[in-house]
Amino acid sequence: MSALHDEYEVVVGLEVHAQLLTNSKLFCGDSAAYGGEPNTHVSPITLGHPGTLPKLNRKAIEYAVKMGLACHCSITRHNYFARKNYFYPDLPKGYQLSQHTTPVCKGGYVTIRTGEGEKQIRLNRIHLEEDAGKSLHDVDPDNTCVDYNRAGVPLIEIVTEPDIRSGEEAYAYLTELRKLLRYLEICDGNMEEGSMRCDANISVRKKGDQQLGTKVEVKNLNSIRNVKRAIEAEAKRMIGIVEAGGVIVQQTRSFDAASGDTFALRTKEDADDYRYFADPDLPPFLVTEAMLAQIRAAIPALPEERIARYTRELQLPEYDARVITDDKETATYFEAIIRHTNNYKAAANWMLGPLKSWLNENNARITAMPVPPATIAALIALIDSGQISFSVASSRLFTALLDNPTAAPDALARQLNLLQDSSEQNVAQWIEEVLNRMPDKVAEYKKGKKGLIGLFVGEVKKISKGKADPKLTNDILLRKLQQ
Amino acid sequence: MEVNIALVDKLANLARLQFAEEEKELIRQDLQRMIGFVDKLNELNTEGVEPLLHMTEAVNILREDVVEGSVPREVALKNAPETDGVYFKVPKVISRES
Amino acid sequence: MFKYDSIAQYHAALESDAASCVEAVQYYLHRIEKNRHLNAFLQVYAEEALERARVLDASRKAGKKPGKLHGVVVALKDVISYKDHPLTASSRILENFSPIYNATAVEKLLAEEAIIIGNTNCDEFAMGSTNENSAWGPVLNARDTSRVPGGSSGGAAVAVQAGLCMVSLGTDTGGSVRQPADFCGVVGLKPTYGRISRYGVIAYASSFDQIGIFGNNVPDVARVLEVIAGPDAYDSTAAQVPVDAYAAGLEQAPGKLRIAYFPEALDSPALDPEIAAAIKGLIEDLRTAGHEVAPVSFEYLDYIVPAYYILTTAEASSNLARYDGVRYGSRFSGAESDNVEKKSFLTDFYRETRSAGFGKEVKRRIMLGTFVLSAGYYDAYFTKAQQVRRLLVEKTKLVFNSFDIIILPTAPSTAFKTGEKMEDPISMYLADIFTVFANLTGLPAISLPLFWHSNGMPFSLQIMTNQFRELSLLRISHQWIQQYSVAGIHEKP
Repeated sequence: MSALHDEYEVVVGLEVHAQLLTNSKLFCGDSAAYGGEPNTHVSPITLGHPGTLPKLNRKAIEYAVKMGLACHCSITRHNYFARKNYFYPDLPKGYQLSQHTTPVCKGGYVTIRTGEGEKQIRLNRIHLEEDAGKSLHDVDPDNTCVDYNRAGVPLIEIVTEPDIRSGEEAYAYLTELRKLLRYLEICDGNMEEGSMRCDANISVRKKGDQQLGTKVEVKNLNSIRNVKRAIEAEAKRMIGIVEAGGVIVQQTRSFDAASGDTFALRTKEDADDYRYFADPDLPPFLVTEAMLAQIRAAIPALPEERIARYTRELQLPEYDARVITDDKETATYFEAIIRHTNNYKAAANWMLGPLKSWLNENNARITAMPVPPATIAALIALIDSGQISFSVASSRLFTALLDNPTAAPDALARQLNLLQDSSEQNVAQWIEEVLNRMPDKVAEYKKGKKGLIGLFVGEVKKISKGKADPKLTNDILLRKLQQ
Repeated sequence: MEVNIALVDKLANLARLQFAEEEKELIRQDLQRMIGFVDKLNELNTEGVEPLLHMTEAVNILREDVVEGSVPREVALKNAPETDGVYFKVPKVISRES
Repeated sequence: MFKYDSIAQYHAALESDAASCVEAVQYYLHRIEKNRHLNAFLQVYAEEALERARVLDASRKAGKKPGKLHGVVVALKDVISYKDHPLTASSRILENFSPIYNATAVEKLLAEEAIIIGNTNCDEFAMGSTNENSAWGPVLNARDTSRVPGGSSGGAAVAVQAGLCMVSLGTDTGGSVRQPADFCGVVGLKPTYGRISRYGVIAYASSFDQIGIFGNNVPDVARVLEVIAGPDAYDSTAAQVPVDAYAAGLEQAPGKLRIAYFPEALDSPALDPEIAAAIKGLIEDLRTAGHEVAPVSFEYLDYIVPAYYILTTAEASSNLARYDGVRYGSRFSGAESDNVEKKSFLTDFYRETRSAGFGKEVKRRIMLGTFVLSAGYYDAYFTKAQQVRRLLVEKTKLVFNSFDIIILPTAPSTAFKTGEKMEDPISMYLADIFTVFANLTGLPAISLPLFWHSNGMPFSLQIMTNQFRELSLLRISHQWIQQYSVAGIHEKP
């Protein structure tokens, strides 16, 4: 940002809606799966037919509490749902059931890391509510078409305090939040499909000011990157207004990903009056000690915990630990390798090297990796015992295993003639051949150009197709060249 | 308390009702009387009384996370005032104001 | 000639081949036809009822064990969902609506082999005390057609009063079963809140609504209650409390009772003097019979109707938000607007449909309910009323620590003349004074036709017990109706 902009700071609070991966909806048995033929995941209850009543899904409570525990929130014991009253075609009952008044999780924080270091983004709350249906505006030129498959799908709304100070921090927060949701397996975090949605409340103020500026809510942010872009664009727009002596209007805006700008959706004249009241159709729910203990026990080790363990107990560099814990499946794969080997660093190298390259090339997730973790551990053992070099193992044997993932690596290496030759006789023979082929270089070496040793080693490796034991090659070469 | 036309308009908008001018005055009078009637509660001292939110003492009446109860689409759409056999339809929503 | 007295007598007649289900249905279809002018029924399922009667006769003759309500001819209030049969809540906004599922109570009736003969007229969305707020016209009281049958379940009450069915189901949010039972001279029971599932009952006020039962006698009512009561997977507020054998337990004598009455109620200037005198007379009879009858001061009497109206209209304003002409029901968009531009706005789409679809009283109550929930007024009205409700519940608990039952009039007067209460909502609301108490506190209450007024109309005693004490409520009712009812109460007009 320019020098002018350095006088200002942007203040952002994020509201994230995460669809929970339950089988059924929050208050009835319709499938909660994404998509489906329009208006097929519907019952009289979802459609808000006269006389229908809600019944709360136990799993949704568990998922919300799980997220709360992962974010260090305090868990509300006595909870109820309120009705949020407003009219919209995609809202079947004319009210949304929401835990607005008694959020099941309060407080807590999410730790983020940016170029400026580590920071805690405080949470205000996490609460349960039901999703609305979908209004489609482009199917029919004269009508809005409504699909109620999504209506009633459980959501948690995760609301931060206004602790975020840049697009970059928002990016880091959302990345971290999504990682947690996925680790807990309670939301797939897919922003494009809308299973994770984000609204940003943005204001600007002069640095050092205590009071918050007028806030603008930006909606329709369909990727983490667009959240960052929207915050940056909106901050710029707001600072522009303030600098020009203008007044920022409280409004709802949308982000246009193509132009990179925000535009006004509606100006809030009166504050909306949602007339919340406790839903008389739903008795309260209590989070009991027993439920809490059960939920706590079901929480897998989270990234921070694993990073700490990898760096402390396994002595991995922090960078390696972070990459490996980026998603739970990758970490699980890694942990499966190290059940079969104690060479943790080598396991990490395989994860960050050959496996990651293959995943990138194939645009695949670790769950699609055909070679089982135990086989990677066996590869590491082959290298450690000097039977194969890392480069041959990664370039040739690993490639062969991808095609034949059930094979035992040592048998396959033998079959492909890839095992290192540590017979002195063979190695001496390859060296003889190389030195005979390049007498000039040998002469130069002997005159003192000792760096040429690398060339000779490389050539030996080449003609031996990598089989020559590198240490042995080195020893014999030095001996021969001194003759 | 005084019920004026502005309040009637505000409530009618929240409730998505509309009243013609002459009806509006009648509903204003009705509301005035009804609110005057329920104002009687102010005589009672309820300080420190916890509002009663739920009529049953039951808690944790929960369902298991099982998929069941959906109806075929033609049944869902059976009562729709306007439909193309796939969607429920409403006149176009104006969502973008300049 | 078919003659109906009680379900037990009817079942005995079926058993001995002195009657058949088909005969019963034919009898009622004929009577319904003859009494069209009462406007009690909105729909009559003649062919279907006859077909079902034939099937039931055949199954009985084949030796199959009959259900508890085998062949019992039942009418439903037009707020109870019966799959693929019209359901309108007597409102234009649901004209042509056909439900796609059965109410739990209907499922249970059908499972015990009842025959549903039709659905009955009521006040629109159960809001009213006269049955004059129906989009399909008023219902007339069969005893005196210049009078109203009461409401909101007026059609269901008249269906039993005029002998158009054996028993009927209504709903009671503030007296909508007990008050028309009183006006029509039949038995009307409102069970404990949550005793019968509300699934499939069009909601007026969710924390008050309860299905109620009309019958000619207490054993019929007890038998129907036994069938339709109980927990329900589709209603989280339906009580898990086990259902007693109400019908079998009736004959057991209730013994000496501790009976409370509210002197403020009996001395209220709003109460018809003949009604006051009759109940005071009964109190003396009860004392003579050895019961302990004592006055209990009830200082909240003046507050129960205001609290009731705040809470019910608030819930109603939200419960009725779903009627928007999008997924079902009538759509009136454009009909009322001459401004073509305006039609494109969603807000107007809603306002046009809802204003044309709802009647006057419904709109009044939605407006009041919206007001008491709106920002700035919420605490002074809605929260305050919720606090008053807590006070009432606690006070009532105290009363039941020392007493078994509370007795009250059902209504302050006998049936009104048609048109009498239409224009003044407050005087109509005040007529609910003795019935809303049971709904505010969730307690069971019954209206027992014991008395005659000099104006020729019947009136009732109301009895309340503690929650889920329906068995003792029905036992007492069964005994008292035999012991204290003025002769001739069961004669049909």
